[in-house]
Amino acid sequence: MATAQNTNIAAKQNSRQGFVYLPLIAGWLVPGAGHFLLRKWGRGTLLAASILGMFVLGLAMQGKLYANAHDILDVLGLAGDLGNGLLYILSRAAGLGADQVQLTTADYGTRFIVVAGLLNVIAAVDAHNLRTGRKS
Amino acid sequence: MFRPSHFAAVLLFALFASVVFGITQRETPRRMIRYGIYCFVLFAGSAVVLSWLMFLIAR
Repeated sequence: MATAQNTNIAAKQNSRQGFVYLPLIAGWLVPGAGHFLLRKWGRGTLLAASILGMFVLGLAMQGKLYANAHDILDVLGLAGDLGNGLLYILSRAAGLGADQVQLTTADYGTRFIVVAGLLNVIAAVDAHNLRTGRKS
Repeated sequence: MFRPSHFAAVLLFALFASVVFGITQRETPRRMIRYGIYCFVLFAGSAVVLSWLMFLIAR
């Protein structure tokens, strides 16, 4: 009897929680979206502005978008770029980003894009922590 | 094309990274702001200090 009640309570809690990983995935795909889903409008806006700003400035500096991984440094760069989620996919599809880095500022731009991806992953994990109650 | 100076690039990098660090690594708004400022000063300050070190080593 008690076990059945506990199961019911757990099932109700699960249905109320929904898909726990949604803010994580949404936050990865679109910067700040994980926080918006959790109604953290201020935090989401600041995160989105910072990550988008960094990504756009990186592209404006003629930064490179990693497309393939020939050596270990390219793998790391590609992993960082993939952190940008849809921004990376759409930019690749639109043909943005330089093929070769020829200027010092373009090298900075490449780093800006990679770091924007890494910061986006941190923001998405933060949204997940808010969702699970690990952070308030 | 956007071509900032080296120092402007450092400041922009520090600003964006500090905002994300502040929001994600602390819980209350007050502590977020304090930690964000702390990160910004560390980013920008360490760049200045390392630049001077490299300048002195290269001489």
